[in-house]
Amino acid sequence: MDFSRRAMMLGGLGAGLTGYAPAFGKTMPKRGGSIRVATQSVSTADTLDPAKGALSTDYVRHYMLYSGLTRIGHDLIARPSLAERIESADRITWHIALRRGVHFHQGGELTSADVVFSLLRHKDPGLGSKMASLAEQFAEVRADGRYGVNIRLTGPNADLPAILAQSHFLIVRHGVDRPDGNGTGAFRLAEFKPGIRTVTVRNPDYWVPGKPYLDRVELIAIPDEVSRVNALLAGDVQLVNAVAPLSTRRVEASPAHAIATTPSALYSNLIARMDRLPSGNPDFIAALKHLIDRPLVKRALFRGYATIGNDQPIPPFHPYYNPAIPQTALDLDRAKWHVQRGGFQNVRLPIFCGPAVEGSVDMASVLQEYGARVGLDLAITRVPSDGYWSTHWMRHPLSFGSTNPRPTADLVFSLFYKSDAPWNETGWKNPRFDQLLLAARGETNEANRKAMYGEMQQIVHDRCGSIIPVFINLIDGHDRRLQGLNPLPMGGLMGYQFAEHVWWAA
Amino acid sequence: MSGPKTGNGAAKASLWPLLGRRAGSALLTLLLVSMVIFAIAGLLPGDAAQEALGQSATPEQVAALRHEMGLDQPAPVRYARWLSGMMHGDAGQSLVAGMPVRAIIAERLPNTLMLAGMTAVLAVPLALVMGIAAAIRRGTWIDRAINLASLSMVALPEFLVATVGVLIFSVKLMWLPSIAMVSAEASWSDTLRSCALPILSLTVVVVAQMARMTRAAIADQLDRPYVEMARLKGASLSRVVLGHVLPNCLGPIVNAMALSLSYLMGGAIIVETIFNFPGLASLMVNAVTSRDMPLLQACAMIFCSAYLLLMLVADMVALLANPRLRAQ
Repeated sequence: MDFSRRAMMLGGLGAGLTGYAPAFGKTMPKRGGSIRVATQSVSTADTLDPAKGALSTDYVRHYMLYSGLTRIGHDLIARPSLAERIESADRITWHIALRRGVHFHQGGELTSADVVFSLLRHKDPGLGSKMASLAEQFAEVRADGRYGVNIRLTGPNADLPAILAQSHFLIVRHGVDRPDGNGTGAFRLAEFKPGIRTVTVRNPDYWVPGKPYLDRVELIAIPDEVSRVNALLAGDVQLVNAVAPLSTRRVEASPAHAIATTPSALYSNLIARMDRLPSGNPDFIAALKHLIDRPLVKRALFRGYATIGNDQPIPPFHPYYNPAIPQTALDLDRAKWHVQRGGFQNVRLPIFCGPAVEGSVDMASVLQEYGARVGLDLAITRVPSDGYWSTHWMRHPLSFGSTNPRPTADLVFSLFYKSDAPWNETGWKNPRFDQLLLAARGETNEANRKAMYGEMQQIVHDRCGSIIPVFINLIDGHDRRLQGLNPLPMGGLMGYQFAEHVWWAA
Repeated sequence: MSGPKTGNGAAKASLWPLLGRRAGSALLTLLLVSMVIFAIAGLLPGDAAQEALGQSATPEQVAALRHEMGLDQPAPVRYARWLSGMMHGDAGQSLVAGMPVRAIIAERLPNTLMLAGMTAVLAVPLALVMGIAAAIRRGTWIDRAINLASLSMVALPEFLVATVGVLIFSVKLMWLPSIAMVSAEASWSDTLRSCALPILSLTVVVVAQMARMTRAAIADQLDRPYVEMARLKGASLSRVVLGHVLPNCLGPIVNAMALSLSYLMGGAIIVETIFNFPGLASLMVNAVTSRDMPLLQACAMIFCSAYLLLMLVADMVALLANPRLRAQ
């Protein structure tokens, strides 16, 4: 199978609708069957509360048990789900009309009270919601009759429907302090042991007709990648995520198993702090950017399961991608020129990397090698995963970061590139960028909006110290009898939402 | 006649204070362990509030959660509160899972005990047989074969043993499951099948050490004059070994066994990781990464208690088997 070609196909919008198990051809969805699924992360912090979801098992579990107001399609566009309509004239005040006749697992119809409660709980600082900073823009959330909800934002934001599609904003029953799995989702909770397993069974009263197909899903986690792939090959689990590029050959060699790859906006970036020296010097950053052999990173580190990046966070398959920005490439002469102009020949600078950031150690090694050729002395400082995000990430002139796919361009820019963002990784400040970001949220003309995001990408590419060599594909492995998996660029396992859509063809 | 009798009686009477002192020092050790754990965990970057909120936390969120978890109080206060809870048998509330530590451990402890117990049932007789066989056939090919086998077992890292086991028995032959799915509902035979590979891997790891210690202890005794005397009197070799030699070297053998078995309680982390076994060791690692202090301390106390208990049992067996030790 030609993966780079498939990745390119998926780059085109709509092509994502093709299935991923082509060897079997198309089969009709079929009721029944029970599967066991293993993701890579597990902890005693596993939760039934969508607001607190932090790991892949959480996302899968929450999407099985609860439904959201909207959901994101393969084209990265948000569509109504529990909301029948979601409308706004000015992008500040929004009206949501809820679908009627949707029931919670433990009884009771979904009403506006549930939605108001579910959205407002994110504003409670004691809850520790992962979306607390996003929920700050909910100036007011109020019921409008039994099936209507009005939301007023603190400023215009055209992306509200996409934001509401995230697992954290799934709808729980009003008044619950600690959500216990009682949602309107496709599956009901049968067993939940944090850190061990979750078992769900088909919800016969699911509001989407005909779905789900599976009778039972058992969700476990196998953090060790080799063990996870072995469990798949041994037939103990039928679906796994986060297969390492190196292991894909083992999976493909098995006639009963297949690889499903999803091009995504996940990236590991080298962060040059712009508020320090020498990393803040434009010559230094330019030198680094020209020292990276992107095709080598793609080929050697990720075995081709990646898309070449261009030092800005919007991937080529995104609707707002700006193809006009020239691709930065390995150019030792230019890098040398920048190194000499900045006078960095005798500076020894550590790069902080570690297993917490996928590919970072190898990327640092490649950089060190090329750096030495142009007189730049980079020292690899490998640090453990534990505590990486609190002690090393963004704390040194040069460190690595990792950013998961976000549903909208606005989110990734707002969270990581806005001057006052809490994770403004590089510590840069660009007034023009900030101004465009705010303007784009309220822009109603789609062409203008695209142009604004295009310019923001250009500014980040030219000025920012965030160096993004590639976007990393997400790789799942599955039993071939499991059908209906379609890549969704928001995450592996069909954006963590496979359970509702797949069927067991055996 | 009466002399030795009273001597023996005095020795028996002095056994209890001896054991009492041992138990007391064990308790003191536990206390010190808990303090060390508390101090070291305090040196780790970040705390439970920060880890729970992760990469996406804002300072206000962290402060709010820290207050809710009681982490804004000074460390000695937190430690004292935890200690007084433990005195009442209450290990506290997990900071991360939001449920009592006791409930989380109750879920995992039986699994760990089962794994360690089944491994012991398999490994201890195997090690004894290997050690005795090697000792009484010293210098023959049996001795050399056992020696070679146990040396290579010691040298093999357990992740290799476990992974090769999975590749052969799960992926290739598909005889045994590659992950240990233990659950309360599963039948005994299911559990046994599911845990077969972890048990075999652990057996490989612990049996070698025990067998070598057994061989050394028995070989040492076999050179003693009393063995020669017994043999000259016409006792069979098996009778001499089982009836005379084994009781005499029970102390060192049981000690070696206890050391190996204590490893099964806490050191099985690699095997637990590879087989995704829901045991205590992986729980403790999880507690470290999430900075869940009450859970971490409870796990550390269990491991330390198990170790001390096994050592205590080994000492008792040694004392009962060899009265001469009591005089010291």
